[in-house]
Amino acid sequence: MSNVSDVSNADTVWIEKDALIDRIPRSVAMALLFIVVVAIWDLVTRMGWVSPIILPSPAETLADLIFVGQNLISGQYMLEALWTTTLTVFYAFLIATAIGFSLGVLVGETKFGERAVMPYLVAIDTMPKVAFAPLFIAWLGFDISSKVALAAFIATFPIVVATAAGLYAASENERMLFKSIGASRMQTLLRLKLPTGLPYIFTGLKIAAVGVMAGAIMGEFLGGGKGFGALIRQSASQMNTPRVFALIIYLSLLGLALYFTVVWVQRRLVFWNKSDQPGAIG
Amino acid sequence: MTTIVIPRPGDPGPAASTERPVYEIQRLSKTYARNELVALQGVNLSLHRGEFVSVVGSSGCGKSTLLKIMAGLLPPTTGRVVLEGKPVLGPRADIGMMFQQATLLPWKTTLENIVLPIEIRNGRSAAKAASGRALELLRLVGLGDFANVYPGELSGGMAQRASICRMLVADPAVLLLDEPFSALDELTRDFMNMELQRICMERQATAFLVTHSLAEAVILSDRILVMKPRPGRVIEEVKIDLPRPRTLEMINTPRFGEIVAHIRDLLGKEAFV
Repeated sequence: MSNVSDVSNADTVWIEKDALIDRIPRSVAMALLFIVVVAIWDLVTRMGWVSPIILPSPAETLADLIFVGQNLISGQYMLEALWTTTLTVFYAFLIATAIGFSLGVLVGETKFGERAVMPYLVAIDTMPKVAFAPLFIAWLGFDISSKVALAAFIATFPIVVATAAGLYAASENERMLFKSIGASRMQTLLRLKLPTGLPYIFTGLKIAAVGVMAGAIMGEFLGGGKGFGALIRQSASQMNTPRVFALIIYLSLLGLALYFTVVWVQRRLVFWNKSDQPGAIG
Repeated sequence: MTTIVIPRPGDPGPAASTERPVYEIQRLSKTYARNELVALQGVNLSLHRGEFVSVVGSSGCGKSTLLKIMAGLLPPTTGRVVLEGKPVLGPRADIGMMFQQATLLPWKTTLENIVLPIEIRNGRSAAKAASGRALELLRLVGLGDFANVYPGELSGGMAQRASICRMLVADPAVLLLDEPFSALDELTRDFMNMELQRICMERQATAFLVTHSLAEAVILSDRILVMKPRPGRVIEEVKIDLPRPRTLEMINTPRFGEIVAHIRDLLGKEAFV
């Protein structure tokens, strides 16, 4: 308290400063991280610390990325494989959404669903679902349908849980309001519970979009066929690691496309929910 | 049954020259079977046209249960619950309700929210036909310019004013208010109470308010029912003889202080521990 007398008539103006690391804009930050990772990667391969069979150099990967890209653009066999996987993912996502949503409504809206159906769903969900792959192959054969089944099977559960949780999201007051204005059960479901639950349902759909990709590729690993997963396995067995990397990168574009399609639909449909769920970029 | 007289709302008709109460409750009790809790015991109550009645009491005194029974959301265990001569056997179009939260649906505009009760009961076209009346109500509460705005853009007080409109849109015979302004800040709350008084007086509305705030109850009501728990019952009915229209300045008058002190006395200390 010694400098109380030093206080002059000047305004108290001061600026709150963010740390340097918090002031980097998104695009710069992303580029910076990318450069750092690639530089370390390059260093590791250049110094021969890791065998090129385990980790190819960035240059080799880039060369393969271009090769695969040309193959895809010129519509050769890789494009066909990507198309097969795309169809698998698309069908599986549709089926998972339809079944997951229906089961979710059954579980979230009816006591029977909550009491009888949910315990079985939880039991199945805790199983490692990839273990069902041989069954699907035995039942549906080696073509696309067994992969669709596995992918849909994996992606259904998050949608069930999210839909059921969404139907519980309407507040006590909102339910009372609907009851007091004489709304039927169906009206309450369609005009209150479902719209209120949409942000939850979309969170489930985003998790499902990731799950469906994993399921489709696992199906193709285990059941062969003509998809991208089969290409990856083939390249891996030939020790063609740069090719594997290149294929994975293109595959991730498919996953991103599906994920951001869901985000886009959510933005249009759930226009009132400005605060996006965590996990959505931008 | 040779002649059937159907009285119009607001016109009690020749048969009821002594003016029958709008809402009448006799010997009402409610016991929850689950835990044999006696929520209400021997409650009698009548609301006359244009009357504003409040109920105060500590939590657990059964006032929310009473309101839910009056709204037809909960069946009574025993007793008569009659609105406009017809027993209340479930939610009814002539009951208007307001809740602690505005509970406006965020995906509907203010106007669409207000006609929601009509949309649910009578369908979309009836709701569309009522939009003129809804707009009038919005002007009544000073929200005329916000009809096509989504609730996300309304302040807490504005949202509650919109929910007043939703309550009024079907022209109900009785208004049931469940701590409607308790989520608002104190200044907004005072203002909303004066708005509520103005609207009720203009429309000759019959209103029943559940509240925690003694001041709010006194400033708004013609009568206050003081309730006590275990079992939930009405221990006294306090007539408020302050002149109408009430103003916020009345809060500082000695008479107001006396009434509040009297009710606080009735509730006793044990109500707050």
